[in-house]
Amino acid sequence: MSHTIAAIGYAEPWYIQIIKSVVLFLLAVQIVPVVLLAERKLLGRFQHRYGPNRVGPFGLAQPLADIIKLATKEPFQPSTAVGFLYALAPVISLLTALAAFAILPFGDVANIFGQEVGLYGLDVGIGVLYVFAFGAIAFYGLMLGGWASGSKYSFLGAMRAAAQLISYEVAMALSLVGVLMTAGTLSLTGIVEAQSGMWYVVPQFVGFLIFVTAAFAETNRAPFDLPEADAELVAGYNTEYGGSKFAAYFFAEYVNILVVSGIAVTMFLGGWQLPLVDPPGFVDPFVVLGKIFVFVFLFVWIRATLPRLRYDQLMSFGWKVLLPLATANALVTAVVVVAVS
Amino acid sequence: MTWTPGDEMLVVQRAPQPGAAGGTYRAFGETLRGLKTTMARLFEGAKTISYPEEKVPVYPRFRGRHRLHRFEDTGLEKCVGCSLCAAACPADCIRVVAAENTPENRVSAGERYAAVYEINLARCIFCGYCEVACPFDAITMGHDYEMSAYNRTDLIFTKEMLLDEPLERTPLRNEGE
Repeated sequence: MSHTIAAIGYAEPWYIQIIKSVVLFLLAVQIVPVVLLAERKLLGRFQHRYGPNRVGPFGLAQPLADIIKLATKEPFQPSTAVGFLYALAPVISLLTALAAFAILPFGDVANIFGQEVGLYGLDVGIGVLYVFAFGAIAFYGLMLGGWASGSKYSFLGAMRAAAQLISYEVAMALSLVGVLMTAGTLSLTGIVEAQSGMWYVVPQFVGFLIFVTAAFAETNRAPFDLPEADAELVAGYNTEYGGSKFAAYFFAEYVNILVVSGIAVTMFLGGWQLPLVDPPGFVDPFVVLGKIFVFVFLFVWIRATLPRLRYDQLMSFGWKVLLPLATANALVTAVVVVAVS
Repeated sequence: MTWTPGDEMLVVQRAPQPGAAGGTYRAFGETLRGLKTTMARLFEGAKTISYPEEKVPVYPRFRGRHRLHRFEDTGLEKCVGCSLCAAACPADCIRVVAAENTPENRVSAGERYAAVYEINLARCIFCGYCEVACPFDAITMGHDYEMSAYNRTDLIFTKEMLLDEPLERTPLRNEGE
């Protein structure tokens, strides 16, 4: 028996892994502007507007303009800020978001130029735990950012963020327990392969709903965008951030959306699998990306529909509704799994 | 002494309290209804009028930038330099200097003509009193409303500018449209 903390399934030599990590990073960097633009365009259409349409054809260069604007801004720091932590906090957010992105399986082991390559960053035996571990570390990014800014609005936003994320992470993790028990593995590729008969969205529909709801809270999106709550808190934990530090927070937020969408796709929508047809290996990443974009659309759709919750509503919803529901779901699944086997 | 409600006491109907289970169920249904509503907006398409490219047509009575007019047959100016418009102007933005017409130099149909006719559009309030005051319909309110300039002196329109056709015709809509 090996004494490693987590069993990591390697399918390829080390240099392929380095190439893969670079490719995954570039992929994240490429998708985020697309999500950004898609969100602003869709949100506009939901409100009878066009959305950005001035920069480039159909406004396609808008994210580029945003990035140039942010990158060329003056690096500003309030005199009350704790300098080192103030600079470190966005890096933590960015790092954890990208680290969690690495685990999303975009496909099975494929044969590229005679070389076996797993279409994922890494396949860890503890899969889901890895995601939640980095999700937990991501709190530090928000908390440190809000606290180190030395501003009361930032601090309030950070406190809200911490309370909200901790409350909803419990329900989120419990909603996945049903899937884990049914699949009998924690590895994300293993869970996708276990769904070849039926996507888990069907038997685990309640878990799916709980997960999606908690995912909105985890990514600080409307209607759970209390940490940012523009109307009450200016901008929450990132009030005092500007320029490229703010860009890092912004980027991390959108990578987080991609990560939770990817986890939902992997856990409930069969990952790279399609019903009835079995496409060749190189199609798999596009299938996953397509499914992720369905979730991104859902994120925007919800944001265009629901108003922000009050803080006590948020807390009572998380603890009094989602948590008991997730627990009941896990219990029922456990009973059914035992009864069937 | 305490107030006792009489027969006119109102019974206040309250919205259902957001409860745990029932409230969640209601909220779920209402959420779906809201999602349907927003999705319908998505399919309706944008209602935006992209202003510099598309313009909302103005009504015929729209009071835009002033126009001075000529007689169509003779080409003479209608303005005779009477300064009634300047007298009627509440913002005092019209300046008229009249001169005599001579047989060699006939500018207007009357005895005199406006040698100088300036409207300071930075002061003009577009009330249209000048149009009402004019006995010869020489000045009317046009349809142009894009009059931004980089400095104030550019907003003093001279007679030649007011007599010329506008560079770009403002779209017009019919009465009652």
